[in-house]
Amino acid sequence: MEIIDAELRLGPPGSSGSGDMAAKKRSAAAAAKSEASGTGGDPDAAPASKVQVVGWPPVGAYRKSTVQSASAAREKGGVGGGLYVKVSMDGAPYLRKVDLRTYGGYGELRDALAKLFGACDKAAGGAGGFAVAYEDKDGDLMLAGDVPWDMFICSCKKLRIMRGSEAR
Amino acid sequence: MTYFPEEVVEHIFSFLPGQHDRNTVSLVCKVWYEIERLSRRTVFVGNCYAVRPERVVLRFPNMRALTVKGKPHFADFNLVPPDWGGYAAPWIEAAARGCVGLEELRMKRMVVTDESLELLAKTFPRFRALILISCEGFSTDGLAAIASHCKLLRELDLQENEVEDRGPRWLSCFPDSCTSLVSLNFACIKGEVNAGSLERLVARSPNLRSLRLNRSVPVDTLSKILMRTPNLEDLGTGNLADDFQTESYIRLALAFDKCKMLRSLSGFWDASPFCLPFIYPVCAQLTGLNLSYAPTLDSSDLTKMISHCVKLQRLWVLDCIADKGLQVVASSCKDLQELRVFPSDFYIAGYSPVTEEGLVAISLGCQKLSSLLYFCHQMTNAALITIAKNCPNFTRFRLCILEPGKPDAMTNQPLDEGFGAIVRECKGLRRLSISGLLTDKVFMYIGTYAKELEMLSIAFAGDSDAGMMHVMKGCKNLRKLEIRDSPFGDAALLENVAKYETMRSLWMSSCNVTEKGCQVLASKMPMLNVEVINELDENNEMDENHGGLPKVDKLYVYRTTAGGRDDAPNFVKIL
Repeated sequence: MEIIDAELRLGPPGSSGSGDMAAKKRSAAAAAKSEASGTGGDPDAAPASKVQVVGWPPVGAYRKSTVQSASAAREKGGVGGGLYVKVSMDGAPYLRKVDLRTYGGYGELRDALAKLFGACDKAAGGAGGFAVAYEDKDGDLMLAGDVPWDMFICSCKKLRIMRGSEAR
Repeated sequence: MTYFPEEVVEHIFSFLPGQHDRNTVSLVCKVWYEIERLSRRTVFVGNCYAVRPERVVLRFPNMRALTVKGKPHFADFNLVPPDWGGYAAPWIEAAARGCVGLEELRMKRMVVTDESLELLAKTFPRFRALILISCEGFSTDGLAAIASHCKLLRELDLQENEVEDRGPRWLSCFPDSCTSLVSLNFACIKGEVNAGSLERLVARSPNLRSLRLNRSVPVDTLSKILMRTPNLEDLGTGNLADDFQTESYIRLALAFDKCKMLRSLSGFWDASPFCLPFIYPVCAQLTGLNLSYAPTLDSSDLTKMISHCVKLQRLWVLDCIADKGLQVVASSCKDLQELRVFPSDFYIAGYSPVTEEGLVAISLGCQKLSSLLYFCHQMTNAALITIAKNCPNFTRFRLCILEPGKPDAMTNQPLDEGFGAIVRECKGLRRLSISGLLTDKVFMYIGTYAKELEMLSIAFAGDSDAGMMHVMKGCKNLRKLEIRDSPFGDAALLENVAKYETMRSLWMSSCNVTEKGCQVLASKMPMLNVEVINELDENNEMDENHGGLPKVDKLYVYRTTAGGRDDAPNFVKIL
């Protein structure tokens, strides 16, 4: 693929430009293409994905600062993306974590939990029957399945597997 | 000439649709000039330095609504240094002296101080509408003054301003007797507001039609407010980012259900996708939707919602919507007139899920599209030609390919032909922003076909002076020309100097213009202010000689009756 010299300098494409300035301001395009084609490119060039030009892209300063502060907060807080909750089962040696967003409904959740804890349950000599309970925002222990799935994943803080002997 | 009594002439003038026509009739004779000026109610000043505020107030002592714009458009992208100018104080002070009947003030890209806001609040007894867009220099204390003293306030509309937060007190300053609010927009206020004060204010504002909250307002407050405002037409949500409890969810759904008049939704700051399903019932009635501050919504979240919005006319989204999402928009939103797709990733060589395909799909499905702002990473001539044929009604077409100078993604050719098709087919085009790899040819097309063009934005484009000359020669209606990082120099600048008097302004930064060229322009055209803005910079471009003379970093040229301005900072030289 032809590499276009779309270097950011003040002059018609094809003219040589002054040496030092041109070397400093390697264009993102050239750097990106050389990295992609594995030629290595200029070792001093900033990673292509991080190159920024003043005032570019032409996104309002207000919008830029709003988005950037939000994404920084997201990176710190780890919010967004998965919805991981702890799952405990009495007698199990350790807890697990599941991402509630990967399940379409209660059925899938049950199946996944059965897979996760099935081995533990058998080892402990259990019958295999279980109920899924969860702790909501108020800290109350609730039986899973009463409210619509979308509402459930909003309010579920922790999951707890109640085995046959406990779940009455 | 037949003579009518003044009242009759004045009455006839009241039918004139705009300022332009009123300016024209003022030129007919002295009598008409007098009648017109004393009866002018709305004054629009596109450039605050084009005329002295005292002169405006003297000429139009009975004006009720004043609009003033300050910094040039490229200030939005931090290309204009701070302290450049655009101060509101002289305008407010002049109006306070000569026009106490003022009722409405609109300002854009100006520096407004708390002192000025206080003067405004205390001076104009009938003041009822303050709209500030992209302004800075004031704090919530200034808003407190407005709230406290403007007894008849109907509109307080703050859009994208930089406001210093001095606490939530300001909102509580609206007295109990203030019941006239129609529009309140404080979305850009960064700090918290008192939920109780807000609820009480809304409860005593029966005429409230537009309410835009800021991110601090929690869901429960939003629900309570919406229960009180069944006639609300435009809503900017508060915080929809947190996972909220089931009770909040139910309450919000009920509240939205009451808002039968709701037509426009915005806000959605970092909105969680869980909040969307309860908005679905309102979607079918929406004409405006702004989801461009919700990077946590992915393509399927967005399309599920938008597929319900069959009456949508205006849509702002992030590029997370992806090409397939835009296809859903194209098939669902047949009335779409304005589309803005913003980048979620600002890095040049990053990745964007929208390409030329998304835009082609839109052009096929949304035949009424007239206004576009589209950020993407690639474009092709073929796509632009198709888009131009499908949507000849564009009045505003702004395409930003994130990598400067990027060619056609399929052919590696410049995008001249594509943009050429746009200007050829869209005969009503008034505003155009071009990007990608472009030679002088695109400017030849623009000069030849874009006869209605009023505003043109150019970046990293062109080969030579000829490019700019094409535009200056051919675009008869050009009012604003802004150029950055393009190889246009003194020859282009000086080719058609008389034209600058027919335009509002010219901006050129990081081009090839020298100070000598600017001096020549200034000496030939005394009715222009030629501002040379040279900031001190470590990588100082001024060392690079071009024809033996230092190049000008930034140039701002505008017509004016006011002469050189006396508030310019030391890095601005007015020739």
